[in-house]
Amino acid sequence: MKQTIVRNVAELPTFGFGPRSGPWWGAMGFMALEGMGFAIAIGTYLYLYAVNPTWPIGASPPDLWPGTVEAALYLLSIIPNEYTNRVAQRQDLPRVRICLIVMSLIGIVLLVLRGFEFAHLNTRWDNSAYGSVVWLILGLHTTHLATDVGDTVVLAVLMFTHHAKPRRFSDVTDNVFYWNFVVLAWLPLYFLLDWVPRL
Amino acid sequence: MPVRVRTALVFLATWLLAACSGRQSALDPQGLQSDQIRHTLFIFLIIAAIVWIAVMVVLGIGMLRRKRASNQPLDLDRRFEEGSGRLILGLGIATVIIVLGLSFVSYAGQRTVFAKDENALTLKIIGHQWWWEVHYEADSPHQSFVTANEIRIPTGQPVKVELESADVIHSFWVPSLTGKMDLITGQKNELQFTAKNAGIYRGQCAEFCGLQHAHMAFAVIALPPDEFGRWRDHENQSANSPADPLGKQGEDLFRGRGCALCHNIRGTLAGGQLGPDLTHVGNRTTVAAGTLPLSPATLGAWIADPQHIKPGNLMPRMPLQSDELIAIIHYLEQLK
Amino acid sequence: MSMAADDRELRDESLDGLQLSAQLERIWRTPSGLLGALMSVDHKVVGRRYIVTAFAFLLLGGILAMLMRVQLAGPEKTFLSPDKYNQIFTMHGSTMMFLFAVPVMEAFAVYLVPLMVGTRNIAFPRLNAFSFWMFLFGGCFLWISFLLNVGPDVGWFAYVPLSSLQFTPTKRADVWAQMITFTEVAALAVAVEIVVTVFKLRAPGMTLDRIPLFVWAMLVTAFLVMFAMPSIMVASTSLILDRLVNTRFYDSSSGGHPLLWQHLFWFFGHPEVYIIFIPGTGMVSMILATFARRPVIGYPVIILSLIAIGFLSFGLWVHHMFVTGLPQLGAGLFTASSMLIAVPSGLQIFCWLATLWDGRPVYRTPLLFVLGFIAIFVIGGLSGVMVASVPIDTQVHDTYFVVAHFHYVLIGGAVFPLLGAVYYWFPKITGRMLSESVGRWNFWLAFIGFNVAFFPMHILGLIGMPRRVYTYTAEMGWERLNLLSSVGAFIFALSFALLLANVIYSLRKGARAGDNPWNASTLEWATSSPPPPHNFDRIPVVKHRDPLWADSESLPVVAGLSAERREVLLTSLAEAEPQVREASPEPSIWPLLTAIATTVFFIGSIFTPWAVLWGTPPMAITLIGWFWPTGSREDEA
Repeated sequence: MKQTIVRNVAELPTFGFGPRSGPWWGAMGFMALEGMGFAIAIGTYLYLYAVNPTWPIGASPPDLWPGTVEAALYLLSIIPNEYTNRVAQRQDLPRVRICLIVMSLIGIVLLVLRGFEFAHLNTRWDNSAYGSVVWLILGLHTTHLATDVGDTVVLAVLMFTHHAKPRRFSDVTDNVFYWNFVVLAWLPLYFLLDWVPRL
Repeated sequence: MPVRVRTALVFLATWLLAACSGRQSALDPQGLQSDQIRHTLFIFLIIAAIVWIAVMVVLGIGMLRRKRASNQPLDLDRRFEEGSGRLILGLGIATVIIVLGLSFVSYAGQRTVFAKDENALTLKIIGHQWWWEVHYEADSPHQSFVTANEIRIPTGQPVKVELESADVIHSFWVPSLTGKMDLITGQKNELQFTAKNAGIYRGQCAEFCGLQHAHMAFAVIALPPDEFGRWRDHENQSANSPADPLGKQGEDLFRGRGCALCHNIRGTLAGGQLGPDLTHVGNRTTVAAGTLPLSPATLGAWIADPQHIKPGNLMPRMPLQSDELIAIIHYLEQLK
Repeated sequence: MSMAADDRELRDESLDGLQLSAQLERIWRTPSGLLGALMSVDHKVVGRRYIVTAFAFLLLGGILAMLMRVQLAGPEKTFLSPDKYNQIFTMHGSTMMFLFAVPVMEAFAVYLVPLMVGTRNIAFPRLNAFSFWMFLFGGCFLWISFLLNVGPDVGWFAYVPLSSLQFTPTKRADVWAQMITFTEVAALAVAVEIVVTVFKLRAPGMTLDRIPLFVWAMLVTAFLVMFAMPSIMVASTSLILDRLVNTRFYDSSSGGHPLLWQHLFWFFGHPEVYIIFIPGTGMVSMILATFARRPVIGYPVIILSLIAIGFLSFGLWVHHMFVTGLPQLGAGLFTASSMLIAVPSGLQIFCWLATLWDGRPVYRTPLLFVLGFIAIFVIGGLSGVMVASVPIDTQVHDTYFVVAHFHYVLIGGAVFPLLGAVYYWFPKITGRMLSESVGRWNFWLAFIGFNVAFFPMHILGLIGMPRRVYTYTAEMGWERLNLLSSVGAFIFALSFALLLANVIYSLRKGARAGDNPWNASTLEWATSSPPPPHNFDRIPVVKHRDPLWADSESLPVVAGLSAERREVLLTSLAEAEPQVREASPEPSIWPLLTAIATTVFFIGSIFTPWAVLWGTPPMAITLIGWFWPTGSREDEA
C-alpha cells in the first residue's frame, strides 16, 4: 500500500513522566489487580468474621503498637517519597540518590517492624481460621513491602552507576507512585487487623 | 412431512427414550415441588423456543433476501442505519421485559417450592462417602431410629429432611419429588417435599464427592400413610433374633469376622458406627447405596468382594469361606 | 539525551521503501539460533507460540473428552476405572478452561492487538515472553503430573473439603492448585500488557470510537482478568496453605467454612466464562464486518454491551450456589441479575443480525462459523436463562443439562468464533490461505457433531443423569442418548482432525495470501502477511473506524521514529495524540530464566514451605538481571 507521510514525530521526547509513560500505566495495572487481591483478602476476613460467633477465635487481638507505629511511619514516609518525586522530575541526580537511600532505609525499618508485628499477632496461622486469615493478609502486604523495598534498593544502586540516564528518573517516579500504593493499602489493613477484633 | 420420515422420527425418539422408566426424572414429577418446578421449566422452555426460532427466522430471511445494490462497504443507507438502531433498542427493551417477567415467574415458583410447613415429618440425613445415614426423629427417643440408604415417607404429608455431612459435600436429589440440596460440612441445610403418589423414587448424590460419587444412590419409598405408620412401628423395633442354626451361625460370624466393628444391628452386640445401620437390612431394596438390587446373590457378591463392585469404598474385603458367607447372607436376609 | 545526539540518530524519514524495511527488520528481528529463539520478545513470535501451545492443550483435552465418551457410551463400561475417570474429567475441565480457552484468547490478542492498533510491539514485551513461559511450564507441570498418576481428581472446581488434606492426602490437589497459580500469573501479565497496549500504543488518530471491536473486547476481557483472577489466586493459595502448613481457612471445626471456597472460586469462575466468551464476540464482530461487506451496525451499542457484560459478570457468582442453602430472597435476586446479562448479550446478537440483514454476505468458512455460532450460542444463552432460575436450577444443577448448557455457551460462544478466527487470520499469520473446501467440511462436521454430541445431554439431565459419574446402570434409561452423544462427540473430534490436516497442508501448499486477502478494513491487513518483525514500516495514522475501506489506495503514516533502535510511539489515552517515542526492550534471556526460577519456587512450595525461602533469591536475581540495563541503545535512551 502506498504510504503518505502526514506527520513527523521526531521532536517528541524519548521518555515521559506519569500517564505519559508506559511503565506508569503498567504499575497502575498491577496496583489495580493487587488492590483487588487485597480486597478479596479483606472480603475473606469479613466472611469468616460474619460466620463465626466469636471473634477473634481463641486468641486476643493483636498488640496495637507494631501496627500503629508502622501506620505512623508509613504516613510520614509520604513526605520524603513526595520529595523524591519532585527531585526526580527535576532530574536532580545527587538528590535523587540521597532520597533513594533514605527511602530504602525507611523500607528496611518497616520490614523489621513487620517482624515484630508477626510476633505480636497473638495467634498462630494454624490456631483457627482467624489466625489463618490474619497471617494471610499480613503476609500479602509484607510481600508487597519487600518487593517495593527490593526495587528501591536496586534503583538506588542503579542511580550510582553510569546507567543513570534521564529516563531512569521516570522509573524513580514510578517507584514513588508504587510506594504510595503500599502505604495506601496498609491503612485499611491496619484498621481491619488491629481494630476490627476490638469492635 | 412425508409419512415415512415422520414414522422414522417417531421411531427414533421412542428408541432413544425407551427404557426411560421415570424413576429418577424431573420430567416425571410425583411430588408437589417437582410438579411446580416442571411447570416453571415448561414456561421457560416455551419462551426460549419462541425466541430461538424467531432469531433463526430473522437470520434466515436476512441471508436470503435481496441485498442492497452498492458494493462499497461504507456506502450505507442512512434510513436503514437509524431504523435498525431504533429497532435494536426496542428489542433490547423487550428483552428487559422478558427477563424481568421470567424472574417473576421464577420467584413465584421458588416460593412454592421452598414453602415451609411446620407440621412436616422430620428426618435427618447425614451424607457419608458413599452412603446415606437416615435418622427418623420423634419426641420420644423410643420412637427414634436410624437406618440407611432407604427413606420411607407417607404420601400426601410434607416431609422435612435436615441435611448434614460427615465428610465432604454431597447433594440430596430425588428429581421425581423435588430439586436438590447440598449436604455441607459444618452447616445444616433443610429441604421439604411432599410425595403425591405412592411409589419408589430413586435419588442420587449430585455433588461430586470423590471416587464412588457415581454409586451413592438411595431410594425414597412413598407409602400410604397407614402403611407408613406400620412400617415405622416395625422399623423402630430391634432386630429379629435368628431362629435357625444357620442364622445363629451367621450372627456369630457377623461379630467374629469384624462386620460388627462398623455396622450396627440394634438389639444385638453389633454396635459399629462407621458403616450403614443394618437392623432391618432384609427389608431394603438395594445393596451398597443403590448400586445393586437386593437379593441373596447380590448380597453375597457384595460381601465377598466389595472392592470389585464399588472400588475404593471403605468396606474391606473379609476372607470368608463359602459356607461362612452363606451363613452371613442368611442371617442378614432374615433381618426383616 | 541531548539534542546533538538526537541529530545523529538515524530516523525513518531519511530512509524509504526496501531500505527502510531492511533497516527496521534488522533491529526488530528475533536473533537467530536456539538461544535467539529463547530470547524472543516479538509479540508475533510469542503469540504464535501461545496459539500453538493452547491448541496442543485443546488436542490433549479433546482426547480426554473422547475417553470419557467411550466410557459413557454404554452402561457399566469398565473402559476407565473410577480413579482414572475422575482424574480425566478433572483434567479435561482444567485443561480446557485454564490451558486452552483463556490462553488461546489471550494468545490471539497478543498476536493481533498490536497489529490492529498499529504499533510495533506489545507493551512490556519481556513480560509477555515471561507470561508464555509460565503458561507453558504450568501446563507441562499439570500434564506431567497426570502422566505420573498424580493428576488432580477433585474436579476443575476443587471443592473443599474433598480437596483438603484429609480427603485428598496425595499431591493431586496441590498440583491442581499450583497449576492455577501458574496460569493466573501468565494471564494477569497478558491482561496488563493488553490494557497498556490499548491505552498507550494506539496509532495516532485512533480515538476511542475508532478502536476495532476485537480490541475493545480484549480490553474489557483484560479488565475482567485483572479483577477476577486475584480471587482464585487467594483461593488456591489458601488451599495450598491449608494443605501444607495446616491453616484453617476451610476447616469448619476451627472457624473456617467450605462455602468460603465456593464464594472465592465462583467470584472468579463466573467472570471466567465471560473472559472466554467476550473475545469470541470480538472475533465475531470482526469477521462479520468483513464478510457481510459492511461495518457492524451499532458499534457503540456493542461496546456498551461489552462493558455492561463485564460489570454484570461480577454480580452473578451466587447462581452457582443456589443449592447450598442460601437465603431464598437473596437467591431470587441473583436470578434476576443473572438473567439481566441476557440483555447486553441479546443486544449484540441483534446488532449482528441487522448487519447480516443489510450486508452482502460472502459465505466463506469464517462466516459459516459465525452463523453456526449464532445458532448454537443462542441456545446456550437461553438454557442459561433457565439455569438462572432458582427452582429450575435445583433440578438441573450438577446434571448433564448444565453440561449441555455450558458447552453450548463455551463451544458455541467461544470455540466456533475461534475456529472462524483461525480461518480468518491464518493468512495474516502464515501468509497462506487455508483450504476453503476442507474448511466447509470442517464447519459442517463441527456443527453437526457438536449438536449431536451435546443436545441429547439436555434431555439426559432432565431425566436424572448427574454430572461427574463414571458409570450408570442400564435400567436408568440413559444409554441410548449417551451412545448418540458419544457418536456426535467423535464426529466433532473428526472436524478438528480436518482442521489440523488443513493447517498442516496449507502451511506448505496453501495459496499465497497477499496483504489483505479478504479485503478487510482494519490495520492488521495494512501490512504484509506474515507481518515483518517491526509490523509496519511506518506507524499508520487513523482517520476512520474502517481505515482500509475509507481509503484503500494509500495509508497516511507518521515519520520521525528511530531507525537504529527499537522505538514505539506512545499516544494519549482518549484522543491518541502522539506524546512520547519510547524505547521498546530488545530480546533477552532473562524472562525465561525468571520463569524457570519461578517454576522451581512454585513446584517446590507444594512440597515444603521452605521453598519460599530458598526459592526467592533466584527469582530476585533473575528479576534484577531482567531489569538491569545492558548498555544497549534501548536501555540508554
